Amino acid sequence: MMLTELTIAGAQGGLRRREFSATELVGAHVAAIERLNGRLNAFITVTSDLALDAARRADAILAGGEDAPALTGIPLGIKDLFCTDGVRTTAASRMLEAFVPPYESTVTANLLADGAVFVGKTNLDEFAMGSANITSAFGSVENPWKRAGDEETVLVPGGSSGGSAAAVAARLAMGATGTDTGGSIRQPASYCGIAGIKPTYGRCSRWGTIAFASSLDQAGPMARTVEDCAILLQSMAGFDVRDSTSVDIAVPDYRAACGRSLKGMKVGIPAEYRVAGMPAEVEAAWEQGIAWLRDAGCEIVEVSLPYTKYGLATYYIVAPAECSSNLARYDGVRFGRRVPGESLDALYEATRREGFGAEVRRRILMGTYVLSAGYYDAYYLRAQKVRNLIRKDFENAFRTVDVLLTPTAPSPAFAQGEKMDDPVQMYLNDVFTVPASMAGVPAMSVPAGLSASGLPLGLQVIGRSFDEESVFAAASALERAAGFTHRPAVRAEVV
Amino acid sequence: MTYLIEGRDGPWELVVGLEVHAQVISQSKLFSGASASYGGEPNTHVSLVDAGFPGMLPVINRECVAQAVRTGLGLKARVNLESRFDRKNYFYADLPTGYQISQFTHPIIGEGAVEIELADGSTRVIGITRLHLEQDAGKSMHDQDPARSFIDLNRAGVALMEIVSEPDIRSPEEAGAYLRKLRMILRYLGTCDGNMEEGSMRADVNVSVRKAGEPFRTRCEIKNVNSIRYVMQAIEVEAVRQVEIWENGGSVDQETRLFDPARSETRSLRSKEDAHDYRYFPDPDLLPLVIEEAWVQGLAAHLPELPDAKRQRFQDEYGIPRYDAGVLVAEQATADFYETVARGRDPRLAANWVIGDFFAALNRTGRTIQDSPISADALGGMLDLITDGTINGKIAKDVFEEMLETGESAADIVERKGLRQVTDTGAIDAAVQAVLDKNPDKLAEYRGGKDKLFGFFVGQVMKAMAGKGNPALVNEALKKVL
Repeated sequence: MMLTELTIAGAQGGLRRREFSATELVGAHVAAIERLNGRLNAFITVTSDLALDAARRADAILAGGEDAPALTGIPLGIKDLFCTDGVRTTAASRMLEAFVPPYESTVTANLLADGAVFVGKTNLDEFAMGSANITSAFGSVENPWKRAGDEETVLVPGGSSGGSAAAVAARLAMGATGTDTGGSIRQPASYCGIAGIKPTYGRCSRWGTIAFASSLDQAGPMARTVEDCAILLQSMAGFDVRDSTSVDIAVPDYRAACGRSLKGMKVGIPAEYRVAGMPAEVEAAWEQGIAWLRDAGCEIVEVSLPYTKYGLATYYIVAPAECSSNLARYDGVRFGRRVPGESLDALYEATRREGFGAEVRRRILMGTYVLSAGYYDAYYLRAQKVRNLIRKDFENAFRTVDVLLTPTAPSPAFAQGEKMDDPVQMYLNDVFTVPASMAGVPAMSVPAGLSASGLPLGLQVIGRSFDEESVFAAASALERAAGFTHRPAVRAEVV
Repeated sequence: MTYLIEGRDGPWELVVGLEVHAQVISQSKLFSGASASYGGEPNTHVSLVDAGFPGMLPVINRECVAQAVRTGLGLKARVNLESRFDRKNYFYADLPTGYQISQFTHPIIGEGAVEIELADGSTRVIGITRLHLEQDAGKSMHDQDPARSFIDLNRAGVALMEIVSEPDIRSPEEAGAYLRKLRMILRYLGTCDGNMEEGSMRADVNVSVRKAGEPFRTRCEIKNVNSIRYVMQAIEVEAVRQVEIWENGGSVDQETRLFDPARSETRSLRSKEDAHDYRYFPDPDLLPLVIEEAWVQGLAAHLPELPDAKRQRFQDEYGIPRYDAGVLVAEQATADFYETVARGRDPRLAANWVIGDFFAALNRTGRTIQDSPISADALGGMLDLITDGTINGKIAKDVFEEMLETGESAADIVERKGLRQVTDTGAIDAAVQAVLDKNPDKLAEYRGGKDKLFGFFVGQVMKAMAGKGNPALVNEALKKVL
């Protein structure tokens, strides 16, 4: 049995039926990491020994009987933005390259409480700022997929949760945590041919997750099936008194939602997402998705989200503004990198110049600018107003439909080196994912098929606030219809 | 009386507004569970939130909100049921997150008023613009090491109330009266200990001058003045400085200044051009703060009686003069002490003793009402002995001194030292006769019309009786014989 090919749902059963041990399951993934991480660079920190210890404890619990927690013995990758107690947490930044938190984030603590085993901390764009996983201080991540007939060209995995996406796609972990601020779960999931959901803002606690843009950041799972995402989110989600923006609403049974019938569900197709210059194959995948949902019993409705066209511009004011403030704490005074200086200001300047990469510095500068006296009203305040209009767009649409269907990204994965010289070109990768982030609504990417070049294309299902169930239901139906069984060129069992 | 600064070409009026930072009395900090108590070894009252660690989030402390609301109610101010927290961004080594969480556009408390009383007995109302909640910063220590600065984050994150007055203050005296009254209200409410030496109350002073009837001229802000006396001095010297500038044809620059008490002058700290751009924006980690009207009503119902109301009640209930009532309510503990003494006794006698001998004794011994060697009940016990005629007023003073020294009750002292007043008319008559026999010349003078000698005879009789004679009976006996 190829243990690295299992789904989480499948492994849960196998472990309980004693078909294999947690030590074997985790060991297979640890071995795969050892073999492939040197190439893919999906993990910044590999915690093999800790993982194998945890696996042995999991086996003891599984041997004990029926009531082992849901994720007992399941090997997961953790985006290196979640603080993990005693395990280095870098945010892929030189600033935190030696930072070992003395605390565990709520989301990872929830997973640990459910028995999950962490095999390592996955790579990301520095401080989660990027769409290609090329801004990490620990080097770029390679997408395990290859263009058909082109084994040479290294493709990007998307970002910022590129390490998590690559690790899951290449079978180095059964699932992984991601965070999504403007598409950082969905876009890499799409590029790497896996599923990933950004739940409703407030569904997962942000406590202990390194902040990029607080009003947008939301943790979510990435896995190879929609059901596996449901299993992981079940564990990750929940109210947390330590996060004032987390919401005290019961977490429903997500796994059950995956099997729900779509009969009578209304699916909205937002006209504004038909952007000029969208590749025909992306458009075709979208049309295919619409047809699948119609076949599954859905009613397809054209809807309008008139303000979404301002989503990206608005995002690039709000997110940098918050980041410029959130990242002020990295000053070399209390933790993290310190570059000495002759004065306090000199220490700040040297520390932050050396500690932050170019993209992070760019966003801090943009954010500082838009919050400055004299510019605040024109930029930040106006962006907040537009954000409210975008939110209303979604509210209006969800008065008539249950979910929205769109492409996840305007293209399949591109090559390292492409789109690199123009930050705005790079930002455009998030054009379809940003609006849902601005509105705070849940959105999921699910693999729908391959491009002409043999690369995965994802479709995005967007739902009402706190209605992840409908999102899971629709995404599951798409997944079943697509029957996506393609696997990347670089993966565990390929030596 | 109007306070005017006599300039070369006429009088100038003073315009002052105060921003008072008052540290909230609470168990824990505004957004973390760390202790908010004063002192402690450096960096022992610090949570990961206070130190700005990655991924840490603020959670509002309900008690701090309640304290702000109580204060707002005490200042007769509007309580805003919805308020918001903003980030004030600036870099400093003792500001761990690089921003202070404050309330910029939507404070929890709106307009209110404080009535002050001046030395001439007149009163004025000083408007309150707003009160908002914010975090304190840590402390930088530059004197611990020749090359390095040390940071103590014990204070970082402790809740402060910034109480902003309208520019209604027109003299240093009014500024002092305002601060004393504000401190009194905060202490009554139990929302701030008002201890300026420990820095739990500090003032930023906005000063400008103008000719009568003019609109406001440019103001300067004098930062972080930490005593009422310094606030009054700073205003005085700053106003003179500004008048000189205007009269010499210059103009006052809007800037932040520091008061140097040693040289009694203000100095420029930073100009408007160097002023920080704080880049305020709503803190995305915190939802708008929404409180319920019913909750506010509940807090209002449990507010203590405040100084103005108590003073009025003391006048009405105890029939003591307004001035005395004012002295007695200056501190809650004094007012409580007085009320214990006055309960079931002559309230005027109680007021005289508390304000007179008792305060003098505290002053003399350097004690406070909290560690006074004479309790309110003990003082009351002594007043009972006066009232029932056991001792007279003169003996009472000796008994009081003895109580102060030994902590014994008045009754025990009177018993032990045999100070009981003599009311036996036979003994008094005998003492009168003895004095007359000893002073035949004075007696002759008195009878010759020198009435003033009556006092002499009273004194001699009391002396002969070691002060224990009942003064009324002594008078009576003397009159009869003379």
